[in-house]
Amino acid sequence: MTDNNFEPTIIGFTCNWCSYRAADLAGTARMKYAPNVRLIRMMCSGRLDPTFVLRALSGGADGVMITGCHPGECHYIEQNYKALRRFHLLRRVLAGLGIEPERVKLVWASAAEGAKFAAETTAFVEEIRKLGPLGWGKGEEKDEGGRIKDEDSSFITHPSSFGEEVSA
Amino acid sequence: MTEKIGVYVCHCGTNIAGTVDVKGVAEWAAEHLKHRGVVIGREYKFMCSSLGQELVENDIKELGLTRVIVAACSPHLHEKTFRTACKNAGLNPYLCEMVSIREQVSWVHTDKVAATEKSKAVISGGVERVLHNEALEPIRVPIHADTLVVGGGIAGIQAALEIADAGYHVCLVEREPSIGGHMAQFDKTFPTLDCAACILTPKMVEIGSHPNITLLTWSEVEKVDGFVGNFTATIRKKASYVNTDSCTGCGICWEKCPKKVVDDVFEAGLGVRKAIYRPFAQAVPKYPVMDVENCTYFKNGKCKACQLFCPTEPNSINFEQKDEILEVQAGNIILATGYDLFDTTRIPQYGYGKLPNVFTSIEFERMCNAAGPTEGKVVLRDMKTTPKSVVVVHCVGSRDENYNKYCSSICCMQSLKFAHLVMERTGAEVYNCYIDIRTPAKDYEEFYKRVLEEGGHFIRGKVAEITDAARLPEEEGKLIVQVEDTLIGKQRRIPVDMVILSAGIEPRQDAKEVGKLFGIACGASGWYTEKHPKLDPVATMTEGIYIAGCVQGPKDIPASVAQGAAAAARVLGKIQQGVIALEPIKASINETQCSGCRICNGLCPFNAISFIEDDKVSSINPALCQGCGTCVAACPAGAISGTGFSDAQIIAQIDGLLLRNLEEARV
Repeated sequence: MTDNNFEPTIIGFTCNWCSYRAADLAGTARMKYAPNVRLIRMMCSGRLDPTFVLRALSGGADGVMITGCHPGECHYIEQNYKALRRFHLLRRVLAGLGIEPERVKLVWASAAEGAKFAAETTAFVEEIRKLGPLGWGKGEEKDEGGRIKDEDSSFITHPSSFGEEVSA
Repeated sequence: MTEKIGVYVCHCGTNIAGTVDVKGVAEWAAEHLKHRGVVIGREYKFMCSSLGQELVENDIKELGLTRVIVAACSPHLHEKTFRTACKNAGLNPYLCEMVSIREQVSWVHTDKVAATEKSKAVISGGVERVLHNEALEPIRVPIHADTLVVGGGIAGIQAALEIADAGYHVCLVEREPSIGGHMAQFDKTFPTLDCAACILTPKMVEIGSHPNITLLTWSEVEKVDGFVGNFTATIRKKASYVNTDSCTGCGICWEKCPKKVVDDVFEAGLGVRKAIYRPFAQAVPKYPVMDVENCTYFKNGKCKACQLFCPTEPNSINFEQKDEILEVQAGNIILATGYDLFDTTRIPQYGYGKLPNVFTSIEFERMCNAAGPTEGKVVLRDMKTTPKSVVVVHCVGSRDENYNKYCSSICCMQSLKFAHLVMERTGAEVYNCYIDIRTPAKDYEEFYKRVLEEGGHFIRGKVAEITDAARLPEEEGKLIVQVEDTLIGKQRRIPVDMVILSAGIEPRQDAKEVGKLFGIACGASGWYTEKHPKLDPVATMTEGIYIAGCVQGPKDIPASVAQGAAAAARVLGKIQQGVIALEPIKASINETQCSGCRICNGLCPFNAISFIEDDKVSSINPALCQGCGTCVAACPAGAISGTGFSDAQIIAQIDGLLLRNLEEARV
């Protein structure tokens, strides 16, 4: 796909201790990077439920960046390894669904690596730009509460995601 | 929608307003997120000022806000400020969220339109997320008044004494048979040239006799359980085969011991000790330890000379002694485990280990020490010839892409000290080969001047090679130091009798494993990561664990002492509070939903999850849970929820960031 005006939308997951701080440091040092990434802060990359990624892709994101502390430097000792495992599994699942696995990227960035965070972000935006828009999750219907009715994306709604849906 | 959300967008002077249309963003939020509960969108020059905070407080009171979004700098800077403001106005602080439009938008983007659009999306994400926030209460835990200090070098000693003097109990754990650390090995300390032992040993004695200090030498921490306020450390006290209740430290045992061993640790391989030994005369505690690997009795089953000659009643030598496992309770832990010296054999072209008269810095320190192997005489490896010329090589293993990129910070001053001592004791010509001379602390530059005036030669250049291959007659039998003098732009070959390698310092070899034990991380160079490099240098990301001295990064004695005292002050502050409020970010299991699959059990690195056999469900101990959320993400039944970062919050934020909440309004 070659759409010159295509600006990718990317959701980035960061951990509270390393990669979010790397993003902060990139800011403090005024390093410029592409404005296409919107970040979500979690305590740890181990918190990343793969369904979050699918939710983002189905909701209009063209790519997802998962970031965390370097292996061996996790604030929670080794939970980023769990993120790594899920990342590899997730890419297989995406390939199975017919989505380019390259739309999901894993980046390790320590709190001192603002420059790396900025550079990886810009590079990823360009990679996604080349892949073109994903266009997943377009045109679904909504129920009265504004929630997506589309059956295709129901599998990415975790049973516990919405308190009211959980039967006590 | 019953929630009333206030959105506050900060200009931060021009820091944000210079790139983001702040007014437009605030108006957009009020208009386009109205259907999501936003009742007010305001902008203000400096939200963190007291007037900015009052805006939030007044709106909470007057408009009855139930949620607050502040779009400003990083939550790591001001989340506490705004949460406190909300609390002051009667709103639960956890119903306030910050989104960063400075560090993550205005400072990193130049396109004003794109930055403004991104700010809107980020605020939209925050609004959706905060709708799912729950009112939380911080968890209050009592602080155990005892402190565990690990490492008995000068930093650990200082920390332990400060806390003990303030009236609280300290357990000081040291791996070696005596406290004192590297400083005990030194002869003089720069720049004052105080005798290291003269200033250190009084502190060591104080540790040994302090009523508030339990000293565990020849001991190592094997396990740490618990959390801030309530740690339990499992400590292995290695068998010393000496009964310290009856031993008087008289020294007859090591006098009579027939087995001589090269002392690689304290004497840096230059001296010998016995198989039963006390590392140095002023050691604290005074009791010897047995080196089982070298003891004749342990090897051959015969000897026992030490036991035979021990004059105490009852006999203090006990060959049956076993390692003891102790459990120590502590509210806070200070890690001061120090550094390792750079192994100079890693630079083969410097010839250490092959060329006998190439010495390491620590060897030279021992040689200068009056209590050392040469009784303070500076001599060559033959232990008798006085050198007539000496080269001191700076930055060995430091500031070098091949080894360590960082500056070890102590080597310049250490090398200057060596130059001074060589000149003072031998009258030899001394050449310092340096990259840069770095003497930034009090009285350091003056010391450099002094060495210059004393006649030390300085050559600006990194030494390429040290060899004994002579090319000229005057090089015969000498060590030739090949160096480019970058100030005159010429290669030089300096023939000398002795070379001292001013080795840099490195993180302990086991720093990573030890860090794991205590739940703290190492940075890229291997030093432990402090909470903030400037504003919080002795705290770590793990509550209740503090670092002091070279574990945090290379530093000299004054800086290590300052950090030891600083860590102690932080710990004392915690002890005085009595209780500590912890972030209520924890995972919990809904037992009615748990299928008992136990997938989560193996995921927790803090052993917080256990399986209850009777009910066939898993359960989380909130005291041990650190809130990483890995189990929440893994539970196939969705039975685990994480406060503060719940699935509902994160999914809502994803949708909000993608502006899906607007689609309805657009139609």
